[in-house]
Amino acid sequence: MADFVSGFWNMWVMVLVALSLLFCVFVLASNMKGEKNASGEAELHGHVWDENLCEYNNPLPRWWMYLFWITIFFAVAYMTVFPGFGNTKGIFGWSSAHGENSQYAREMKAAEEKYGPIFAKYQSQDLKAVAADPEAKAMGQRMFLTYCAQCHGSDARGAKGFPNLADSDWLYGGAPDTIKATILDGRQGMMPPFGAAVGAEGAKDLANYVRSLSGLSHDSARAQKGSELFVQNGCVGCHGMDGTGNQAIGAPNLTDKVWLYGSSEATVIETVTNGRQGKMPAWKDFLGDAKVHLLAAYVYSLSNK
Amino acid sequence: MAQSKHEFIEKSVGWMIVLTLLTVSVGGLVEIVPLFFQKSTTTPVEGLKPYDALQLAGRDVYVREGCYNCHSQMIRPFRAETERYGHYSVAGEFVYDHPFQWGSKRTGPDLHRVGGRYSDEWHRVHLNNPRDVVPESNMPAFPWLDRPLDTDIAARMQALRKVGVPYTDEQIAAANDAINGKSELDAVVAYLQGLGTALKRVQ
Repeated sequence: MADFVSGFWNMWVMVLVALSLLFCVFVLASNMKGEKNASGEAELHGHVWDENLCEYNNPLPRWWMYLFWITIFFAVAYMTVFPGFGNTKGIFGWSSAHGENSQYAREMKAAEEKYGPIFAKYQSQDLKAVAADPEAKAMGQRMFLTYCAQCHGSDARGAKGFPNLADSDWLYGGAPDTIKATILDGRQGMMPPFGAAVGAEGAKDLANYVRSLSGLSHDSARAQKGSELFVQNGCVGCHGMDGTGNQAIGAPNLTDKVWLYGSSEATVIETVTNGRQGKMPAWKDFLGDAKVHLLAAYVYSLSNK
Repeated sequence: MAQSKHEFIEKSVGWMIVLTLLTVSVGGLVEIVPLFFQKSTTTPVEGLKPYDALQLAGRDVYVREGCYNCHSQMIRPFRAETERYGHYSVAGEFVYDHPFQWGSKRTGPDLHRVGGRYSDEWHRVHLNNPRDVVPESNMPAFPWLDRPLDTDIAARMQALRKVGVPYTDEQIAAANDAINGKSELDAVVAYLQGLGTALKRVQ
């Protein structure tokens, strides 16, 4: 870490530290003995209280003085072993995170040796096989709780706007490799806003039509108008003529009972009017393939017990 | 015996003050002052950019709401931390932070590499009411953040430029327009989404 802009600061630290230590040694050494008078008695402090109450100028108790000496020896030993005395590296070259032999690098290496083979074993297996392995599932679950539960919930049942992974409904597909691709590269939902195109009434018509698709209560006159708008405005392009969606582009099935943002008329109107941009972040760079493999297997196992 | 040195110092207030100041300043002179002359603490990491106007406004909200009381921004070089949060923090990432938000207490998770980890929408829902997405959360809700920003961010940027953040005249001139119409929530989300991403861009 010592990367001073000039050598002066190295000297600055060393000189000040050395002087401070020497000063402490001097103060301690000069206070080991109390001051005695000619006849060998301890001197009095010179303060007098209550007419005749005086105090001897005796040194501090020995055990206390020795504690101070120990701190000085400790300081010297510490600065010999560890870096800190200016630019010195310490006799073992210890470092927290710099270089291949740093404490952090050694910790990571030891973990790699211990866990690397386990990850490698599962990485080489088919996702379905991994999903059936109880140990792999336990590993996957622990990682899920660390990295995924914030959005999808600790039970993987999601929240409003964040998909339930424990059911059998999939936006982008539930095949093992598709799940893995979703985690690795992320997904970007792109329901465009139609508020400007269809207006408030149109949005309500569309909402009634969409609700009718999954058998929810609706105004059939509005639903009729909505079905025309559904075609005219290109909703069919993503959701399909029959509203069953398209997993290739993550367009949800509108005919089932699963609602990512909610099925109430008000919520559907909001979705139609303002659009939705659900986003699954990509985990490839942070987690790497080996961990994602286990996570994908865990997620797959949730709906394929 | 003549007057001892000890007695002389104790009874001369002027000397007492001078020597006391000298003694208590040694720690700072040895441990703090040299840090101002270290490359690793004063050179920004490659790719580090000063906060833009919106992020800076968000940072002010972050400080105002006391987020640092529960969230640190300092990932230490231990495996348990880097596995969870990402690459450990390095000094050069905080060069433009005045003051830095390292914090020392984690009631919630460290936030130094939260940038890009969740979607903007997640942050909005989560700040409005954390339990909407994380039922187990004990973080307080911040529903009042969805209101217009009320700050002269150009003045803040000018002040930061005085302590070394390299804002250009154009950036400062455009700053107040850049945050016009944005809410405090927008600003906090922009700030959070930028956190700790400089190092990621390089790697």
